[in-house]
Amino acid sequence: MFDWIQKIADWFVYDVVHLDRGQHLAEALNFFIYDTTKILLLLFVIIFFMGIVNSYFPIDKVRNFLSRNKLYGFEYLMASLFGVVTPFCSCSSVPLFIGFVKGGIPLGVTFAFLVTSPLVNEVAIGLFIGLFGLKMTTIYVISGILLGTISGAVLQKLKLERFLTPWVKKVLENAQREQDLFIAEKQTFSQRLPIIWKEVLSILKGVVPYVIVGIAIGGLMHGYIPEGFFEQYMSKDNLFAVPIATILAVPMYSNASGILPVVQVLVAKGIPIGTAIAFMMGVVGLSLPEAMLLKKVMTLKLIGIFFGVVTICIIISGYLFNIIL
Amino acid sequence: MGRVIKILGTGCPKCKTTTALVEEVVNENNIDAEIIKVEDIMEIMEYNVLSTPVLVIDEQITIKGRVPSKNEILKLLV
Repeated sequence: MFDWIQKIADWFVYDVVHLDRGQHLAEALNFFIYDTTKILLLLFVIIFFMGIVNSYFPIDKVRNFLSRNKLYGFEYLMASLFGVVTPFCSCSSVPLFIGFVKGGIPLGVTFAFLVTSPLVNEVAIGLFIGLFGLKMTTIYVISGILLGTISGAVLQKLKLERFLTPWVKKVLENAQREQDLFIAEKQTFSQRLPIIWKEVLSILKGVVPYVIVGIAIGGLMHGYIPEGFFEQYMSKDNLFAVPIATILAVPMYSNASGILPVVQVLVAKGIPIGTAIAFMMGVVGLSLPEAMLLKKVMTLKLIGIFFGVVTICIIISGYLFNIIL
Repeated sequence: MGRVIKILGTGCPKCKTTTALVEEVVNENNIDAEIIKVEDIMEIMEYNVLSTPVLVIDEQITIKGRVPSKNEILKLLV
């Protein structure tokens, strides 16, 4: 599928810059050009596609769907699926949380959405396809969705409403299922396109520097870390590797674009894939800045429980990956 | 009569961009308008919105969840 990009990279490195095949610099440059072109292209396609979906299915519709329909246990899965197609900005997490809860959506379902949304998003998917291939991407996406679903259901069972901050409780008491005044913007596709296009460009502009730096660092590590280097420290048999990687990752905050190219190299150099994915999910899915924002609506105890449950789910899925793959 | 433009947002980069754009549009076109940044989450929630930034003109929600273009802002104001 990407042969032609390889040809362009070859042409540029060997014919335009006149570097010799087999030379260290030539190979590094070739790898860098091939990888960045491929990944930026994939990102563009996927961000654009998600932009279209999102334009026709904005967050208000998601909320209305979840609060109106009786879903007989499937609401966690639905919320989690919606999380995939809805772009998530951590600064919107508080209004989103309140808006959901106000709409009569159970806390656990809201959590399911909040977990999956940052974890499986257009940027992560695009990068994943480029770096790990389709099979791994499918596994990542499905496990991300399940992770949100299961954490949401578990959190609901814990009956956490009592740990909300007082003013949110008050909001809850007054919540009538607002038959919402949301009027879908009636726009034709050609009217939507410029808006979608602008979003695509602004997302791309935001991630491109991270992607390039990430791939450059990845490229350097590729050349200088010996094959199988990490195996001796982090073999699959090391039971502590997954929890340590996850717990290290939670306070870290980076968007998927910076961390993924590095993770890919770590995997190539011998870190087990499950450990790497657990690390990545910890970085992308949970972060301290998000916790700080959520403090407005949740007591510290609730944030602790929320992060705790999700962390445990991430660790379990890390182990599962290491066993299966 | 001056317009009242409110930008709802908890202080994320997108909200700051929106505010800057609105200020530019207002200044460049000499529009008589008062620009208010609403950062308090309780106040934001009164508008029943799910994503920020939100552009509110004369108490009407016009654009939510994304940064509008200068052209769009101008169209909404004149």
